[in-house]
Amino acid sequence: MTLLKRGLSRRRVLQTGMAGIVGTGVAPLMFTKGAWAQEFCNNPTGDTITIGLNVPLTGAYAEEGADELRAYELAVKHLNGEGDGGLLNVLQPSALKGNGILGKKVAFVTSDSQTKADVARAGATRMIERDGALMITGGSSSGVAVAVQGLCQEMGVLFMAGLTHSNDTTGKDKKRYGFRHFFNAYQSGVALGPVLGQEYGKDRKAYHLTADYTWGWTQEESMKNATEALGWETVAAVRTPLGAGDFSQFLTPVLNSGADVLILNHYGNDMINSLTQAVQFGMRDREVNGKQFQIVVPLFSELMAKGAGANIKGIFGTSNWHWNLQDAGTKAFTKSFGAEYGAPPSQAAHTCYVQTLLYADACERAGTFYPPEVIKALEGHEFDGMGNGPTLYRAADHQCMKSVLVVRGNENPTSEYDVLNVVQEVSRDAVDYDPAIFGGDLGPAEPVPMC
Amino acid sequence: MLAMPRKDLILFLGFAAAVLAMPIWLQPFGAAYPDLLNRFAIFAIFAVGFNILFGLTGYLSFGHAAFFGVGSYAAVWSFKLLSMDAVPALLFAVIISGLFALAIGFLSLRRSGIYFSILTLAFAQMSYNLAYSVFTPITNGETGLQLSLNDKRYLDRMFFEAGPGLPSPTLFGVTLNGYVAFYFCAFFLIATFFIAQRVTGSPLGMMLKGIKSNQTRMNYTGVNTRPYTLAAFVISGMYAGLAGALLAITDPLAGAERMQWTASGEVVLMTILGGAGTLVGPVIGAWLIKYFENIFSAINDNILTQFWGFLPEGAQHAAVLISSKFVGEGWFLTLGLVFVLIVVFLPGGVMEGVRRIAALFRPKNPDSADAGTASTKPQPAE
Repeated sequence: MTLLKRGLSRRRVLQTGMAGIVGTGVAPLMFTKGAWAQEFCNNPTGDTITIGLNVPLTGAYAEEGADELRAYELAVKHLNGEGDGGLLNVLQPSALKGNGILGKKVAFVTSDSQTKADVARAGATRMIERDGALMITGGSSSGVAVAVQGLCQEMGVLFMAGLTHSNDTTGKDKKRYGFRHFFNAYQSGVALGPVLGQEYGKDRKAYHLTADYTWGWTQEESMKNATEALGWETVAAVRTPLGAGDFSQFLTPVLNSGADVLILNHYGNDMINSLTQAVQFGMRDREVNGKQFQIVVPLFSELMAKGAGANIKGIFGTSNWHWNLQDAGTKAFTKSFGAEYGAPPSQAAHTCYVQTLLYADACERAGTFYPPEVIKALEGHEFDGMGNGPTLYRAADHQCMKSVLVVRGNENPTSEYDVLNVVQEVSRDAVDYDPAIFGGDLGPAEPVPMC
Repeated sequence: MLAMPRKDLILFLGFAAAVLAMPIWLQPFGAAYPDLLNRFAIFAIFAVGFNILFGLTGYLSFGHAAFFGVGSYAAVWSFKLLSMDAVPALLFAVIISGLFALAIGFLSLRRSGIYFSILTLAFAQMSYNLAYSVFTPITNGETGLQLSLNDKRYLDRMFFEAGPGLPSPTLFGVTLNGYVAFYFCAFFLIATFFIAQRVTGSPLGMMLKGIKSNQTRMNYTGVNTRPYTLAAFVISGMYAGLAGALLAITDPLAGAERMQWTASGEVVLMTILGGAGTLVGPVIGAWLIKYFENIFSAINDNILTQFWGFLPEGAQHAAVLISSKFVGEGWFLTLGLVFVLIVVFLPGGVMEGVRRIAALFRPKNPDSADAGTASTKPQPAE
């Protein structure tokens, strides 16, 4: 190593270095101090407010994410008084005026969550810290929703969950700043159980393939509870990685397991792939234990049904909502979405649209954007007209209580969108449950954390 | 060893000033917000550490994300079990990832070249899959390890009662968020840069460079090179663990995807993009990639329409259509193009570009030609 004569000693270097760090390190903090003088995170001062859309545009749930984004854009349009107003006209009770929220125009920023918790949190942080997002919304993966919800709680920003179906989102991981309109795995099990018992009998052997993360785990548990209550036996429950693409190595053991029902706790592209491969394996044509082999997909969506094509015919599942319902809210939304994008909306799009409107309505009713007041306005709020019948935002766990649809793949579709039939609308009372069964703690609303 | 060459000192002070002033000079680029600045500092530490192994010894590890992930998990477990203070988390993370690197390095360094790369890749992918499935009780699988209200935090509970809600990481009672967290990370970036600088200039560094230029020759002169490569491997593993722990401190969550091979590949890209073997290069590479990932990926059609607003209607539409393929979710494409261009035209990374530009402005006097510049020019393979 070359040593110069004029070189400085290590001690000198460290001393000057530390002085520099302290000097320059503290100085910029003084400038940013002013930014913290607001009473809550991203308190809007101009004539617009910004909401942050955190949706997966790549990965296993990309298609759901793209549809969610379309719904958000439509919701923002309607809130700002453009277009035909959509569900603004049918929400009961409604404080929305169609001039933005509290007189401020709504703008949005987007981030691709890539269905990864890390990336989603980074995206949400960017939208909050840099773009000044007042509310974060989005979903399609419960793992992401739980992670982002935790972040929003720390930052004091409201999180209106999009499509997330895990019990944990409003169960053990529930947060004061997080709200979910979508139903959950427990409700799927309760709604689907009796129908399966009726169709397939009480003596069945079920084999689960489960997406290996929070949603899959809770869905598997809920389906096990529901089917075992019928008298079914669970042969095995195998976890598969999210976004696996090829499920043949998981499907082969099913053939020799003696099971006569395959329950696919998969969603998005995973479900399309696993179902298509299961059908290619000839599972639906098999007879096991003297019974016709059956496949069940507890959580269904139109986008998945479309992707899986003819393989979906006759398969049972549950849905949060379906565009073919005949109430005024559903008709208004399907019309407005169809006019804008030329296709009926998916359940993911519906829940995201509704969440945006509910947030706006809560701000209007609270008369402020101050999160604890908006939270109070949402908690225990009873509303109707959004396509799910009378709905309650339960205060104890921030879960919307409403009816659940049991759906079945359409045997004779009349169009490429007509892929699901609503078999039964299970009433809100039937899928009600005690929020205490999942534990968890909402945490405090105040003092408001400062982002 | 007690003094520093003047050139190194200037480099160090310039680097420290640039890092500390990041909130100011990144403002025009739309990147001056705490979360991204944290990432800049953290991934720069990761890349600087990786460069100690790859840049100095030439051993290309494809599994450094494993140490990064282990550091994150260790830090979050320290938050859960011991204390929300950052110091035990960092210590715990660096020690655990160092031990982990020792074990993997001991096995992988029996081979060199492509076999070494494949071995490290295999170990990292193994760690990823273990974290994803078998170790779910420790790692919480795909959902990721998070803080919860029922965590024990034995050390904290000895001194004070738990407050309401989830606690945030602190440093001796000061909450580490926003710019405080950034300066915390920046301090570590500067400190680790200093250490890397000293390692490069030390006898160990000379030995490592010797290994890179011709390991066989060194072995024939009677030097056992294994301890040196292992030392470099462990040091860079500890750097990765430190970076992982810092990421967990700024955002207390650890997920298995941090250990995936794409994350390992990312740090290789960072180092090559910036310039392997140089001190500043990997840092610049890390900043470029993180900038692309966070800023380019957030540009959507609305922003593009505004950007091309000066064009007439039809041309604007076309411009938006074409450019939208390169931003938003297409940011990988842009990054790939940049990477190809740099590797083809500037094999030494961004730093070679900087040197070439500097050489243009330097008087063509052979006496004043810098010795360092001459030695890093592309040379025929030995």
